Amino acid sequence: MRAALAESFMQLPDSTSSGVTRLLQRSPLPCRMSAALIAFLLVSGCSGGVLDAQGPIGAADAKILLNALGIMLVIVVPTIIAILAFGWWFRAANTRARYQPDFVYSGGIELVVWGIPILVILFLGGVIWIGSHELDPFKPITSADKPTEVQVVSLDWKWLFIYPDQGVGSVNELVVPAGVPVHFSLTSASVMNMFFVPQLGSMIATMNGMVTQLHLAADKPGEFYGQSAQFSGDGFSGMNFTLRAVPQDAFAQWVATARQTGSALDRTSYLALCQQSSNVRPFTYRAVDATLFNAVVTQQLPPCPGPDVGRAGATVRPRLER
Amino acid sequence: MFGKLTWQAIPWDQPIPLVAGAVVVLIVLAILAWVVLKGYLPYLWREWITSVDHKRIGVMYTLLGAVMLLRGFIDAIMMRSQQAVAFRAAGYLPPEHYDQIFSAHGTIMILFAAMPIVIGLMNFAVPLQLGVRDVAFPTLNSTSFWLTATGALLVNLSLVIGEFARTGWLPYPPLSEAAYTPGVGVDYYLWALLISGVGTLMTGINFVTTILKIRAPGMSYLRMTIFCWTALASNLLIVAAFPILTATLGMLALDRYLGFHFFTNEAGGNMMMFINLIWAWGHPEVYILVLPAFGIFSEVISTFSGKPLFNYRSMVAATMFICIVSCLVWLHHFFTMGAGADVNTFFGISTSIIAVGTGVKIYNWLFTMYGGRIRFTTPMLWSMGFLVTFVIGGMTGVLLAVPPADFLLHNSLFLVAHFHNVIIGGVLFAAFAGITYWFPKAFGFKLDEGWGKAAFWLSLLGFYVVFMPLYVAGLLGMTRRLQHYEVAAWRPWVLIAGIGIIIMMCAAACQVAQFVVSIRRREELRDETGDPWDGRSLEWATASPPPPFNFAVLPNVRGEEPYWDIKRRAIETQQLSPKPHYEPIEMPRNSPTGFITAFFCTMTGFALIWHIWWMVALGLVAAYAVFVWFAWRDVTEYVIPAEEVARFDRARRQARERWLAQHAGQPA
Repeated sequence: MRAALAESFMQLPDSTSSGVTRLLQRSPLPCRMSAALIAFLLVSGCSGGVLDAQGPIGAADAKILLNALGIMLVIVVPTIIAILAFGWWFRAANTRARYQPDFVYSGGIELVVWGIPILVILFLGGVIWIGSHELDPFKPITSADKPTEVQVVSLDWKWLFIYPDQGVGSVNELVVPAGVPVHFSLTSASVMNMFFVPQLGSMIATMNGMVTQLHLAADKPGEFYGQSAQFSGDGFSGMNFTLRAVPQDAFAQWVATARQTGSALDRTSYLALCQQSSNVRPFTYRAVDATLFNAVVTQQLPPCPGPDVGRAGATVRPRLER
Repeated sequence: MFGKLTWQAIPWDQPIPLVAGAVVVLIVLAILAWVVLKGYLPYLWREWITSVDHKRIGVMYTLLGAVMLLRGFIDAIMMRSQQAVAFRAAGYLPPEHYDQIFSAHGTIMILFAAMPIVIGLMNFAVPLQLGVRDVAFPTLNSTSFWLTATGALLVNLSLVIGEFARTGWLPYPPLSEAAYTPGVGVDYYLWALLISGVGTLMTGINFVTTILKIRAPGMSYLRMTIFCWTALASNLLIVAAFPILTATLGMLALDRYLGFHFFTNEAGGNMMMFINLIWAWGHPEVYILVLPAFGIFSEVISTFSGKPLFNYRSMVAATMFICIVSCLVWLHHFFTMGAGADVNTFFGISTSIIAVGTGVKIYNWLFTMYGGRIRFTTPMLWSMGFLVTFVIGGMTGVLLAVPPADFLLHNSLFLVAHFHNVIIGGVLFAAFAGITYWFPKAFGFKLDEGWGKAAFWLSLLGFYVVFMPLYVAGLLGMTRRLQHYEVAAWRPWVLIAGIGIIIMMCAAACQVAQFVVSIRRREELRDETGDPWDGRSLEWATASPPPPFNFAVLPNVRGEEPYWDIKRRAIETQQLSPKPHYEPIEMPRNSPTGFITAFFCTMTGFALIWHIWWMVALGLVAAYAVFVWFAWRDVTEYVIPAEEVARFDRARRQARERWLAQHAGQPA
């Protein structure tokens, strides 16, 4: 059964990444209905979000989102129409409506009202089962290319990206080659955050003392907005970054430039970076201590500190330094 | 002497909380002065503060919830207006203030607005619908209420003294640990919830006992109203879930106060445990709120359709099904924490299975309307608004239960729009439906329909204008809790939501006007019969407002709709049931136990927040002493003589005779 479900599921149309118009032409009604809704949203200025996916993971996530929406709209729309229609027709003032005060049970209706939701949830359960396994953030993307390795450390309140193979690093700017899978290993220096580039797909938590994995890819070169999707304190709103997907050679060039500029990130300078700050302008490190990420994860480097409580009143109402 | 408490605790440098706090303090003082000068204080003390009457306690719970609803709504206005102006700008609320506002908004709305209103309506209606005189433990009931009020008081105290939590309505560690949030805000949160949580747990025990053990003669389980069934399910969930909340927050308090390491980064602490535990409470909590809401809609839709509830037994089954499954879904609040595909699949499917139970309910309400004769009164309008709105909210909820979709939408404004869609569309609409439905029972006059309907239409419109744009903003990647933002595509949607909140403000004004106008016109709106809506269950069988003992003689229940049967018999035979034999009734005596205990608990909570250890000890000892004093009381009940019962019932029967004369010759 699972294979059959998988097959039918895989046959559902490949939707958003390549455009809604195609979907509107050759897909089952529910998908068409949801696509029409989405098309409306896109027309009204809905580009740049999770439905405007620019990579395979985001596209697959969005496809499941739209399929699930379509499946549910099939029952939700008639239900809403029925609610309004029954309410209107059976209004007390309508003398043509037949009053049936004894219509309180019907085995047939009972069968239908339990049956239809159960069938829908069975179908949706299949989508959930397959989707969760296919799109588990820890699952690598099948590709002929070797994935780019990036280690991510969320700090208060900025993002540190380490390229272990290239030996460079950057803050609040993530440059990756387009068309090649990227393998992220993520941790947090202090509190929990959530790494999220809406147009590339799945988000994942970053937590101190733990490593999570995420696999993403960008189809084409472009600049994508990235952020934390988990509130992490006063500087949270200023904790954004730009993900730049660039052609292969441009990436090599960026690495070469990075190697010649900026300072080196070792354990001492990490402790300076650790201090709370937000709205940090992007910059790069020409070299990064190869053991740094591990040292953060295994807490050889202690968790980064919180606000300075040395000041008067800070244990009552600490304030952000500006 | 006063621990951490100094003059610095007052936010002299922040004009907004300072002015807001000063205004609130002035209003409270003015009300107190008015009460004292008018000489109402002895009346308030005797009839309300020390009352153990479930109806009075229900009214006080609802009033507390309504006041806190206004406070939470003011927070919402500030958040929406801040985001409307904070595009590539700082806005008017700095992060340390804005973060308190969204934390307070969530905490207040769920725990001190929605919970008290729902518990208040249960308190008022459940014993009446069961056909009994009071709940199982009346003094405990009063204590529960005053402990909830303690929590609400502590949260609001943080406005003027110190600060409130800046960590969201659920303080995820390690952010909420002392290392990252050293202020008193999280402590206010912890003690407010720990103290009021005890009260809520006692309510749960009280109502489970009442519904299981105290019912009118002949009231078998399958003759209880659906509201009683949902109240039972909700209170079973309270008993199951609130100890988890208390334990979890207790562990966080130990971390913060005594240097434990349950959820810290260091020394083997595990913050993921907190997130699991808090949602093991948090998800059942959603159903604690929404199940009684379903119950209210069942009563309202059935009454105003002029039909019994369609498929009653199926409705009971769906309620208990939701009650059980709701304890198995908590992980869907953090699919993105990386639990792995199998775990995510299990919780995704278990979550969507709840939609089966909810779907069944929706269709049963639909078929209750089918073949009905629907009167579109204010409560019925709220119910219709609920049906349409809740179906949409349920759909987006199931969408978020699909893990790959959640990977895109978790913590986004789409999520915010979803849970407001179900909580406003479900719980808040039910609260308004329930208040307008039972108000005439509680006070003897109806609420003004014109203002009520205006409030409904504006709320409905305002809801859609606020939250539909937030769905879109979420799909555009906008995350929640942003104090300012840079992405231009989000701006138009945030601005539309800002317009929506203005419509909501008009709706809130209509709600207030509804109460003011109705109280002024109360003689015109008076209901003499005790049955203003042509009701079907037992609460309509007594006078409005009901006497302290509810029923002169406990009703003998013979079917699912006892009062409907009584009325039908009366119309068929053209006479009321024969005059019963009246007996003296024993009722529990009023007691100040709850109020005094809560006073000392407030003292303890405040002292714990500010590390004033002598006051902690004093408060704890005194609160315990009150219990001992109460346990040693000699006289627990007073007797209402049979003549007084008979006098009350004569008046009620006269009103019913008049009603019968009006309905002579009509089919039931």
